[in-house]
Amino acid sequence: MTINFEKNGTTLTAKPEGRLDSVTSPEFGQCLEPEMNGMTEVIIDLEKVEYVSSGGLRVLLTVQQEMEDREGTMKVIHVNPQIMQIFDMVGFLDVFTVE
Amino acid sequence: MKEITVPAAPDSVETVTAFVNEQLDAIRCPLPVRTQVDIAVDEVFSNIVRYAYGPEKGTATVRADVTDEPLSMTITFIDRGKPYNPLTTAAPDTTLPARQRRIGGLGVFILKNTMDDIAYEYRDGMNILTIRKMF
Repeated sequence: MTINFEKNGTTLTAKPEGRLDSVTSPEFGQCLEPEMNGMTEVIIDLEKVEYVSSGGLRVLLTVQQEMEDREGTMKVIHVNPQIMQIFDMVGFLDVFTVE
Repeated sequence: MKEITVPAAPDSVETVTAFVNEQLDAIRCPLPVRTQVDIAVDEVFSNIVRYAYGPEKGTATVRADVTDEPLSMTITFIDRGKPYNPLTTAAPDTTLPARQRRIGGLGVFILKNTMDDIAYEYRDGMNILTIRKMF
């Protein structure tokens, strides 16, 4: 999958493209992990993501937990209505910051 | 009725999704519904790969049927792996804070909350899982 990374100081923006499903999500997680080193804020930009299945939710939860561990923050932006519905359904709107 | 048989391997989900989308697009399925079906396909198929076959290799057959009045799509997943009923998975607690959250069971939870009917049976050595979505 294509993922664009942007760093601005200690803020990392990750912009994956396509679907965050059972195949692409582990790949996204593996690419994201090393990029997060030394970052205090991680922004996941879902503008170019069609949908997120439980595989994608797993990666987002892992990033959220890691950022909490290092007293950093994570937020998810540009969430389409289909993805928002899934976040709401599984109670993730209380877990992540979604803008 | 149309069907496709693919290796029960993680990457096959792309082929299965493309097959299902082709059927959905043919009947002008609205995008929000199509997205829910695509997610359901991913949840079911990844479970077959992970639990029914585990390290073993095998195939999975996916059938798509369109029914009129009400317009709906029924998708049947058939594999010859170990008996595995995903519908017995315990529901996750969706109210816990991030630290205590576990991802296990979320896929089936999404499935149950987005599909109109789900049925499982183990028959003649086959896991048969059927999902139905009305438009």
